[in-house]
Amino acid sequence: MATAAFVLIAAVAVGSALGLVVRRNPIHGALFLVVNLGSIAALFLTLGAEFLAAAQVIVYAGAIMVLFVFAIMVLIPGREETGPDPQRPTRLLALPVGAVLLVLLVALVAGGGAPRAAGGPPAGGVEAVGRLLFTDYLFPFELTSVLLLAAMVGVLLLARRRA
Amino acid sequence: MTAIADLGIAFGRVAFVMLFILNMGGLLTWVERKQSAIMQDRIGANRASIFGFRLLGLFHPLADAIKMLTKEDFMPARADRFLFQLAPFVSVFFGLVAFAAIPFGDTLRLAGREIPLQAVTLDVGVLYVFAMLSLSIYGVMMAGWASGSNFAILGGQRAAALMISAEIAIGASIMGVIMWYGSLSLQTIVRGQGDLLLGWIPAWGILVQPLGFLLFVTAGIAATRRIPFDTPESESEIIGYFVEYSGMKFGMFAMADFLETVVIAGLTTTLFLGGWQVPWLYAEGFRFPWGAELALPHLLVVLLQVGAFTVKVSLMIFVMMLVRWTLPRFRYDQAMRLGWLGLFPLSVLNIVLTGAVLLLVGGPA
Amino acid sequence: MEHVTILMAFAFAAVVAGAMLVVPSLIAPRRLTPVKAQPFESGKDPIEITQGRLAVKFSTVAIFFILIDIELLFIWPWAMLYRKLGWFGFAEMLVFLGILMLGFLYIWQKGGLEWE
Repeated sequence: MATAAFVLIAAVAVGSALGLVVRRNPIHGALFLVVNLGSIAALFLTLGAEFLAAAQVIVYAGAIMVLFVFAIMVLIPGREETGPDPQRPTRLLALPVGAVLLVLLVALVAGGGAPRAAGGPPAGGVEAVGRLLFTDYLFPFELTSVLLLAAMVGVLLLARRRA
Repeated sequence: MTAIADLGIAFGRVAFVMLFILNMGGLLTWVERKQSAIMQDRIGANRASIFGFRLLGLFHPLADAIKMLTKEDFMPARADRFLFQLAPFVSVFFGLVAFAAIPFGDTLRLAGREIPLQAVTLDVGVLYVFAMLSLSIYGVMMAGWASGSNFAILGGQRAAALMISAEIAIGASIMGVIMWYGSLSLQTIVRGQGDLLLGWIPAWGILVQPLGFLLFVTAGIAATRRIPFDTPESESEIIGYFVEYSGMKFGMFAMADFLETVVIAGLTTTLFLGGWQVPWLYAEGFRFPWGAELALPHLLVVLLQVGAFTVKVSLMIFVMMLVRWTLPRFRYDQAMRLGWLGLFPLSVLNIVLTGAVLLLVGGPA
Repeated sequence: MEHVTILMAFAFAAVVAGAMLVVPSLIAPRRLTPVKAQPFESGKDPIEITQGRLAVKFSTVAIFFILIDIELLFIWPWAMLYRKLGWFGFAEMLVFLGILMLGFLYIWQKGGLEWE
C-alpha cells in the first residue's frame, strides 16, 4: 500500500518535472512546477510529516509560484518567445552539474540514505517542529525575521528603481 | 472484510461532506436571488415551475443547470485551449476539497466502531483548508491569462492580488483562535469550544476572539471576491477574468464563488461559532447550568450536533449575503488598503493582545 | 491509510468538476463565427493584447505576500504551542514580530503599499 502510493506520487513528480523542462510555453512550465511541488508535499504526507506537507503547499505552491505565474502572465498566449536562445553555450554547464548531482545521489543511496536521527518518530509533526524551533533553534529562528526584514527593504528598493 | 468496511465508511464521510457543500452551493443560487428580492422588496425568482408547482422558485437552480449545460460552449480564437478548459476545473476543484477538513459532528459510535464525523482528519486541518484556498488562486489567474483578452487579464491580475491580500489577513486573524485552543486540528478546536466560561457561557471563538472574528469574516468575504470586494469582476467595468467564458464553464466560475462562500462560512462556524457544538449538550445529553439534566440517546445527540452545524453555516451564509446586498463596491485601492493597512496590522495586534490576555488571565487550560 | 480520505475527496471533486466540463462538450451546440471568436472589448474591435505592461505594484505585492506568508508559517506552530511556552514564548514572538513589523512600517511609510 505504502509502496504503491510512493510509486504513484513519484511518477507524478517525475512526470511534472519532465513537463516543466520540455514545455516551451512558460506558463505551462510554471504550472507543471506547481504540480511537482504538490506531489512532493504528498510524499511528505505519506511520511507522516503533515506540517511540512502543508508548509510545502502554502509557501512553495501557493505563494512563490504565484509570483512566478504573475510575472509570466504578461506574455501573450500563442506568441511565446521561441527564437534562438542567446545564451545557448551556457546550456553546456548542465552536463557537469547534472553529472555531479547523479554521483552524489548514487553515493547517498549506496551509503544507505541520509543519517537518521537516533530514536524517536520522524520529526515532521507540527508539535516536534515547533518544540525544536522555539527552544534549541531559537537564535536561527529570530535571525529569520532579520532576513525577512532585509528582503522587504530590498524589494522596496528594487521596485522603486524600476519605476 | 473490515478493510472494505473501513473504506466504505471513509467514502461515506467524504460523500456526505461533498454532497453537503454541493447542495449548499446549488441552493445558494436560489438564496442569492430570493434574499436580495426580499431585501429590496421585490418578489424575486418564482417563474420556474414543474406542473404548475412553483415552490417559491426553488426550481430555478435546476432550470439554471439545464440552461447552462445546453448553452453554446465556445472558446475565443486567441485562447490557450488547454488552460482555458483547466481554469474552471481548478476553481471548482479547490473550492470542493477545501471543505473536506471541516468537522460536521463529533464521533459517531455505531456497531462497535468509532466514526469521526469529519472527512479529512489531519492534525493540521487549519493549514489544509488554508493551503487549498491558497491554491484556488490559480483558477482565476489561468482564466485571465488563457482567455487572451485584455479585460480578462486585467480581471485575473486584480483577482489574484486581492486574493493574496485577503489570504494574509485570513492567516493572521486565525492565530488568536489557535493560541486560545492550542491546536491546529479543526476537530480539537471545536471540542475546545464546548468548555464553559464562568460556569455557564459556552467558550465559543466569537466570545474569546471578538476582534479576530470581525477580521476573519471581513478577510473571508474578500477572499470570495464578492461584493463589496468584487473589483476583479466589476460587471459594469471589466466583467472580469471570466469575460470570455460561456455556458457551463461560466457557470463553474459562478459556482466556485458560491462554494468558496460555503467554505468561508463553514470555517467561520468551526473556528468562531462552536462548530457542531450545541450549548450545554454533551455526549450523554443536556446538562444545563441551572442544574437540570436531560439524558438523550447517542444517535439523537449526533443528529442534533450535525443539525446545529448546518444551521450555523446557513446563518453565516445569510449574514454574508446581507453584507453582499447592502454595501456598494469598494474601489480597488480601497480594498487593497483595507487588507494590507487595516486587517493585517490589526490581526498582528490581536495576536499580541491574545498572548498577553492568555498569560495574565490564564483562560481555561 | 489515514490519508485515504484526502485521496477520495480529491477524486470526488475531480469527478464532479470533470463532469461539468465534459457533459456540455457532448450536448452543447457549437457554432463558431470569426466575429464571435474575437476577444470581448465592449463592442470595439480589439487592436492588440497588452504585452509586458504588468504594473510593478502587482509583483511587488506578490513578493510582500511571500514574505508575510513565510512569517505566518513560523507563527503557526508557535500559536499552537503558546500555552506551553508561556512568558518565554511571548517574549520571543514579540522580538520576531517586532523586527518584522519594523519592516512593515518602513514599507508603509515609504508608500510601498499605496495604490494610486
